[in-house]
Amino acid sequence: MNTHESSNAGPSHKSVEIAVAILVMAFGAIVIFGSTSVGIGWGAEGPQAGFFPFYIGLAIVISGAVNLVNALRPDAASGIFAEWSQLRQVLLVVIPASIYAVAVGYIGIYVSSAIFIAWFMRWLGKYSWPKVAAVAIGMPVIVYLVFEKWFLVALPKGPIENWLNL
Amino acid sequence: MEEFANLFHGFAVTLQPFNILVMVIGIVLGILIGVLPGLGGANGVAILLPLTFSMSPTSAIIMLTCIYWGALFGGAITSILFNIPGEPWSVATTFDGHPMAQQGKAGEALTAAFTSSFIGALFAVIMITLVAPLVASFALRFGPAEKFAVYFLAFCSFVGLSKEPPFKTIASMMIGFALAAVGLDAITGQLRLTFGFTELLNGFDFLIAVIGLFGIGEILLTMEEGLNFRGGKAKIDLKVVLRTWASLPRYWMTSLRSCIIGCWMGVTPAGATPASFMSYGIAKRMSKNGRNFGKGEIEGVVAPETAAHAAGTAALLPMLSLGVPGSPTAAVLLGGLLIWGLQPGPMLFVEQKEFVWGLIASMYLGNLVGLIIVLTCVPVLAAILRIPFSIIAPIILVLCAIGAYTVNNNAFDVIMMMVFGVLGYVLKKCNYPLAPLVLALVLGKMAEEAFRQSLLSSQGHLGVFFSNGLVSSIMILGLIALFWSAIQEGFTRLRARPA
Repeated sequence: MNTHESSNAGPSHKSVEIAVAILVMAFGAIVIFGSTSVGIGWGAEGPQAGFFPFYIGLAIVISGAVNLVNALRPDAASGIFAEWSQLRQVLLVVIPASIYAVAVGYIGIYVSSAIFIAWFMRWLGKYSWPKVAAVAIGMPVIVYLVFEKWFLVALPKGPIENWLNL
Repeated sequence: MEEFANLFHGFAVTLQPFNILVMVIGIVLGILIGVLPGLGGANGVAILLPLTFSMSPTSAIIMLTCIYWGALFGGAITSILFNIPGEPWSVATTFDGHPMAQQGKAGEALTAAFTSSFIGALFAVIMITLVAPLVASFALRFGPAEKFAVYFLAFCSFVGLSKEPPFKTIASMMIGFALAAVGLDAITGQLRLTFGFTELLNGFDFLIAVIGLFGIGEILLTMEEGLNFRGGKAKIDLKVVLRTWASLPRYWMTSLRSCIIGCWMGVTPAGATPASFMSYGIAKRMSKNGRNFGKGEIEGVVAPETAAHAAGTAALLPMLSLGVPGSPTAAVLLGGLLIWGLQPGPMLFVEQKEFVWGLIASMYLGNLVGLIIVLTCVPVLAAILRIPFSIIAPIILVLCAIGAYTVNNNAFDVIMMMVFGVLGYVLKKCNYPLAPLVLALVLGKMAEEAFRQSLLSSQGHLGVFFSNGLVSSIMILGLIALFWSAIQEGFTRLRARPA
C-alpha cells in the first residue's frame, strides 16, 4: 500500500490491521450482547427484536476473526500505515475539527466556523490576517444568507447571535 | 406504447421553468462537488438533501440527480488537468487523460471525456426507460421472501465483485446492518442496542454516516498526502470540440462495449469505479492502439468515462424499480425518497407516475444541460481548482458540519459525523470498502423486515427462501455472486490442468 519508501518511521500497517480487526470483533461482541438482552428467540409476534442483530453480530465477529488471521499471516502486507509526520498532519485536522464539532452545540455554528476557518488558514496555510478574516467572516455570512434567509433552514446559534438578535 | 406517453408527460413536467432552474443549479453544484476534493457525489447529495425538504418531490429529485450527473462530469476535469481523480471512478481516466493534457491536448481529452460521459449516460437512460417499467411490473408480484432475496442478491454481488478482500467487505457490510438495527425496532416496538444512551434512541442516520465516512474521511486522507495542486491550464473552443467530435465516431465499438459494461456493473451494485477500470482494461486489450494506452491515447479516455457514467446512471434502475440502490449516491437518493414520503420500489411506477417519469425525463435533459455547461465552463472550473487546499478544506469541513446538523437539527450529529470521519479514514486505509457499509445502513431495516416477515409466514423455516421457482432462482443467483471469485478461480484451475 505504501509505495513511497521513506526514512520517516511510522506505525506498521500490520499492527493497524490487527487493531482494526480486534476492534471489529469487539464491536460484534457488543452487538451480540445487546441483542441477547432484548431476546434473540421466537416470541409471540415472530422473531424477537434481537433475532436479526444477533446473527449480524455473529457475522461481524467471524469476519473480524478471519481478517485478524489474515493480518497475522507472515505474508500479509508489510510496510508502514503512514509516516508519523503524515499522522501528525491528520491529527492537526482531527483535533481542532473535533473541538469544533463539540463547540457547534454550545456557541453556535457561525462563530465556531469562523474560528475554525481562521485557525486552519492561519496555522496550516500561513495566510495574512486580512485574507484570513475575509474568508473566516465571509463564509459564515454567506451561509447565514443562503440557509436562514433563502432556504429558511435554522442553524444552531449561540450567545453572540442572540445578543445580535439574528 | 404507454411508456412513451408517460415519458412525454415526464418531459412536460421537467420543462417547467422552476424545474429547469433547479436542474441547472444542481448541475453546477454537482460539477463543483465533483472537482473539489472531499466532496464526492454521495456526500454532496447528502449535504444538500435538507435544502430540498420544502420542494415538491419531483423538483427535489431532479435537483439531487442533477448534482449526481454534475459530479460524474466534474470528476473528469481534475483527473485530466491535475492528475488528481476528483472521484474514485475517474482514476482510470487519469491514465491517458493526464498524459494528453501534458502533451497540450487537454481540450481534446476533456471534450472526449465529457462527450463519452454523455453517451454513456444516454445509453443507460434509454435502457432505464425501456427496462425499468418491466422490472417494476414484474417486481409487483414480490412477497417478503422475494424482497429479501433481492436484497440478498444485491449484497452478495458486493462481496463477489468488489476488489477488496471478501471478509473485509462482509465486515464492513455487517457493521452497516448492525448500525441500522440500533434504536426502535419497528415490529416489536422494543428499544435495542441503545445501552441506555438517549442519543441512540433514533438510531444512526445514514446521511450522517455518508457525510462523515466520505466527506471528512476524504479530507483526512488528502491532508495526509499533503496535497498540492499543480495547475494546468485548459482552453476549450468550438474548433477543438468539433475536431474531437469528428474523431470520436471511430471508437464506436469501444463506446458500445463500455456502455454495456457500465450498465451491467451499475445495475449490480458493483458500481461505477470497477466499471471504469474493467472497461479501460478491456479496451486496452482489444484496441489495435492498445500498446499506446497510458501514453495519451484518446480511446483510453473514452472507455473509462463512458463506462463510469453509464454505471452511475444505471445504478438508478434498481433503485427506482426494486428499491435497491446500485451505488452509495443512489442510496442517498433512496433515503431522500423516504424523507419526501415516497416508498421506493415497484409501487412508485403505479402510484407516482409523474415523479418517476419526470425523473427519467430529467435524466435526458440533465445530461444534455450538463454536457453544455462543462464544455463551456472549463476555464472557470480550472481556476476554482487553483484555490489552495488550506482554504478549501476548512470550508468543506464547515459545509459537512452544516449538512450533518440540518438532517435532524441535532448538534450531536455533528459529533457523530466526526466519529464516522475518523472511522472512514482508518477503514479506507486498511482496505475496507465503505460503500457496503452505507448501503447496509440504508437498507438494513427494510431487509430485516422482509426477512422477519418471511420467517413469520413460514413459522421460522428457512425453506421459505427456496419455496418457489422465483425466490429460489434469485437466492441461487445470490449464492453464485457470493462465491464468484472462488468459482472463477476454480475455472482457471480446471482450464489450466489439461494444458
